[in-house]
Amino acid sequence: MKLIARGAEAVIMLDEGEIIKKRIKKNYRIPLIDLKLRKKRTKREARLLSIARQHGIPTPFVRDVIPEEFTIRISYIEGETLRDIVEKLKNIKEIFHEVGNLAGKMHSGNVIHGDLTTSNMILSKGRIYLIDFGLGEINESIEAKGTDILVFKKSVRSTHFEHEEEIFDAFFRGYLESFPSGSKVIERLKLMERRGRYFSER
Amino acid sequence: MKCLGIEATAEKLGIGIVNIKSEILTNITKYKPLTTGIHPREAAQHHAENIKDLIKEALQKVELSFKDIDLISFSQGPGLGPSLRVAAVAARTLALKYSLPLVGVNHCVAHIEIGRLKTEARDPLTVYVSGGNTQITAFVSGRYRVFGETLDIALGNLIDQFARTANLGNPGGPVVEKLAKEGNYIELPYTVKGMDLSYSGLLTAAKRALNNYSVEDVCYSLQEVSFSMLVEVAERALAHTGKEELLIAGGVGVNRRLQEMLNSMADERGSGFFTTPENLLGDNGAMIAWLGILEYTHGKRMKPEDSFVRQRWRTDEVEVLWR
Ligand SMILES: Nc1ncnc2c1ncn2[C@@H]1O[C@H](COP(=O)(O)OP(=O)(O)OP(=O)(O)O)[C@@H](O)[C@H]1O
Ligand SMILES: [Mg+2]
Repeated sequence: MKLIARGAEAVIMLDEGEIIKKRIKKNYRIPLIDLKLRKKRTKREARLLSIARQHGIPTPFVRDVIPEEFTIRISYIEGETLRDIVEKLKNIKEIFHEVGNLAGKMHSGNVIHGDLTTSNMILSKGRIYLIDFGLGEINESIEAKGTDILVFKKSVRSTHFEHEEEIFDAFFRGYLESFPSGSKVIERLKLMERRGRYFSER
Repeated sequence: MKCLGIEATAEKLGIGIVNIKSEILTNITKYKPLTTGIHPREAAQHHAENIKDLIKEALQKVELSFKDIDLISFSQGPGLGPSLRVAAVAARTLALKYSLPLVGVNHCVAHIEIGRLKTEARDPLTVYVSGGNTQITAFVSGRYRVFGETLDIALGNLIDQFARTANLGNPGGPVVEKLAKEGNYIELPYTVKGMDLSYSGLLTAAKRALNNYSVEDVCYSLQEVSFSMLVEVAERALAHTGKEELLIAGGVGVNRRLQEMLNSMADERGSGFFTTPENLLGDNGAMIAWLGILEYTHGKRMKPEDSFVRQRWRTDEVEVLWR
């Protein structure tokens, strides 16, 4: 077994060509909160990875779930996270058009990702895989979908600021293509942005 | 060079004088004790009534007069419009009267910079938590980028609103912290969205829980849940940005339990951990004066006609010329 990544909440190990993701204990929070969160997210992630796949989203296959050990075993996706390669992408528009497309498919199936950032997207042989569904849920509300997109927008704004416009443009085109009624989500998103402090009106 | 800084973004009015060697010569704060939430117009009225005397007091304390002051800075935003306008008007008037240069500075950036000045943190991820703001920022390519923040109410606001409902007085933070020591855990909703979080559902549930559980239990659980959420998103932001230091800024930062939790997380990750000194955690004039000096000495100039208030001025809109 080889450690390949240490995320904020989990360690990612490679074992016989497959990924083992284990959510680790956090001593800053009390055990009652810690145990419950880790167990819930482990189960959720396994469930949502499979459901998202049924909606046509490339995700790792779930091989096993052991909630008591806060562990899932999933297929290994060879590639790089979009976060690490956005700045050197030549086809940035095409890629984020596809990301938007996937988000649209996901939302049309009422799947909320919960942490839609480029750290959780792996580009592998020309396909984009979504990972890390532990904060996700099934929710049909426009509000939940709007928040999902808001989180994405904000993360792009802080991390890929040089390509912000280009990314949003392509993303929303792709989103509406696969999810025509997503226009309602985008309307809500605009409202949330105006209501909150996220984007100042310029 | 000495800068007089005026802070007025919410219920506190602060005057500070800082010199170019970054020594804080004086730093005084005044506010009307609140029984209810902040009333923007009443707060502004309080500031307008007190600002002249507070400035005089600040100068007298260190035996200075306006002849000794070289720069005026003020909190230009973000914040409550009426409070901001009191600071802006006073700053403009003083600048004209004594022919002094004027700079308007960003309140959130001031919290970060005073923390960097007074701790060993050099390039931290800053967790800035106060009554009006909850944001997690880090310096990347010339700006303080916002990696995480609340999607609705601020952490301080959550605690204060809860405390008012529970009749614990205002500000509620210290009372909630004390009562929490005697409480046991009850389940309350935990809502994080990637590096962002949401406290409004937690507030509703905590208020409702007062009907069925002791106030101690609710205080304890409210703190444990809201702080765990914050620490979680801070950790995600640390992992995401690769920063190796964590800095606490803002008034809620005085809470020992919060400090302990953030410290524990930073330790587990092998990151440095720093807390802004207690007297500079809350809103104050010294941080405004210090940021004024940083801005001015790095070329920022402001014409009086550009000194309009900016209620929604975002942290990441400020070009950081001094780093
Ligand atoms: N199936 C997989 N195949 C290949 N690499 C993976 C796979 N799953 C995760 N990784 C790698 O591990 C990293 C962390 O994974 P993941 O996002 O699931 O963990 P996390 O701890 O939940 O993350 P976060 O820091 O967002 O909380 C990913 O960015 C990716 O580089
Ligand atoms: Mg992740």
